Amino acid sequence: MAVGSLPLAYADDVPRMAAGSRAWRKFIRNPAALTGALILLVVVGAALTAPWITPHDPAKQSLIRRFTPPVWAPGGNAGYLLGTDQVGRDILSRIIHGARISLLVGVLAVVISVLVGVTLGLISGFVGGRADTVIMTVVDITWSFPQILLALAFVAALGPSLVTVILVLGFTGWERYARVVRAEVLALREKDFIEAARAMGIGSARILARHVLPNTFSSIVVLSTLQVAQAILQEAALSFLGVGSGRTYPTWGQMIALGRDFVSVAWWLPTFPGLAILATVLAINLVGDRLRDALDPRV
Amino acid sequence: MSAFLVRRLVRLAVVITGVSLVTFAILQASGDPVSLIMPEAPEADRAVLRRTLGLHDPLPVQFARFVGNAVTGNFGKSFFHHGQSASALVLERMPTTLMLTVFSMGVALAIALPVGIYSAVRRGRAVDQLATGTVFLGQSMPVFWTGIMLILLFSVQWRLLPVSGWESWAAVILPTATLSTFTAPLLLRIVRSSMLDVIGLDYVRTARAKGLSEWLVIGRHALKNAALPLVTVTGLQFGLLLGGAVITETVFAVPGVGRLIVGAIRQLDFPVVQAGVFMLAMIVVSVNFLVDVLYLYLNPQIRVR
Repeated sequence: MAVGSLPLAYADDVPRMAAGSRAWRKFIRNPAALTGALILLVVVGAALTAPWITPHDPAKQSLIRRFTPPVWAPGGNAGYLLGTDQVGRDILSRIIHGARISLLVGVLAVVISVLVGVTLGLISGFVGGRADTVIMTVVDITWSFPQILLALAFVAALGPSLVTVILVLGFTGWERYARVVRAEVLALREKDFIEAARAMGIGSARILARHVLPNTFSSIVVLSTLQVAQAILQEAALSFLGVGSGRTYPTWGQMIALGRDFVSVAWWLPTFPGLAILATVLAINLVGDRLRDALDPRV
Repeated sequence: MSAFLVRRLVRLAVVITGVSLVTFAILQASGDPVSLIMPEAPEADRAVLRRTLGLHDPLPVQFARFVGNAVTGNFGKSFFHHGQSASALVLERMPTTLMLTVFSMGVALAIALPVGIYSAVRRGRAVDQLATGTVFLGQSMPVFWTGIMLILLFSVQWRLLPVSGWESWAAVILPTATLSTFTAPLLLRIVRSSMLDVIGLDYVRTARAKGLSEWLVIGRHALKNAALPLVTVTGLQFGLLLGGAVITETVFAVPGVGRLIVGAIRQLDFPVVQAGVFMLAMIVVSVNFLVDVLYLYLNPQIRVR
């Protein structure tokens, strides 16, 4: 079919599709990003299927199996690949279940941050004036706190729970989106196609949704990918400091905190959950960095 | 220029008020402070305490009082620590926290400056790729885990350094090293990218064309202009560094503000939490303000205006 016979709407989509596949090719050609994506796939898969793939019940204690070393160390047991903890729980099973908390907190906190940050950034950039001043002052104030400290204080004050951790991390991490979106809106506002849309009598809300927002999309994707990695680190830090999502469900940070007390007798206790965090966060960072390169048309 | 300074000062005042508001909100978020202080007391005693703490007043009045007290360093008495003044407890420990932060900043800079510059100059070569890879690894490690791994190696395995404390120089090494693994990748990234930004500019090419040696071009000409973003971004990231210090102190039982706050959070000792959070935020605010002013003096483009 000749291009000329395509309906207008389709013709409009052609360059965008081409750009999309170029970004995709750029992305998969990079071995680091591909490794990251594969690791991420494994972690997400493990989190989704945790109840069916774990070799043991993550909460089941066994006094005779306490401090079983990993399978390759002397005294290891093939039934407990990564060993057991101070009350005989299987480390591997706990790590697999811990992936659920990490990913859940990471993703949901970022969703909240994106919603709040993008909305405020759009208002700040597009409305300007007093709204802009107020929002940017709030951004400055948020920047003045070490984020982890603010999260720590508010999670403790509101009472530690999974929901509190997600809400607090979400509401303390939005300012980066507000900054970036505002800057892009300010740059876009002067562009001809926005002028044209305005001249055609299109309302502000529609201009924002149809013309401005799509142009900020790639920045938001990159920022939010990297924030998922940060949120996972922060959730782990909160759990490590004892104000995480509670004691009932295993989390990586809490496993490391418990392991710290036994570091002289059982090195595997804090080591493996830490490696799980490292692998997951590194994978997300590699993917995020590559996304930045792939989505940035200037590179 | 003085107009610029005045604007910055006004913004500083607004931000400090905002920081107080957020700190004030910490206690509000905890619900009823009285049941924290005396959980089992009869209602009559609670009412007395409520009146002495001024909890009957409307929120704006309470907030105004809080701000007035906060700027004079009065956050009330700790619920523990024999009822010592919360700000005295924080101030006592502040030098330790600042020392830890400055030491590791020094170590991190000693690594990040040469490696960052070299990797920018040799962009894309093996050294650069190795440095970039290490940065990724460093930024993906939870700082508390790094600390525990260092304890595992240097204290448990090789018995070289103490597990915790801050009393001897040997005890300072591991916390400093831990926080540096957190700080160095951050700085290295900034050094590398600000160097890359100037290396391609015309004046650097001119310097080369004049026949200056490569290292003179980099050291004298490029570095001078790369320093500006370096200072700014480092200042902006200072909050992150203090956050890292809080966690590092907890791992190594370093008697600093971070450990105090984390302990106070576990005991729900809110005056200490508020004093600690407020004062650490004040440090970040001051650093950012100084960076702003420094920027004014370092950047000739602004100075002219």
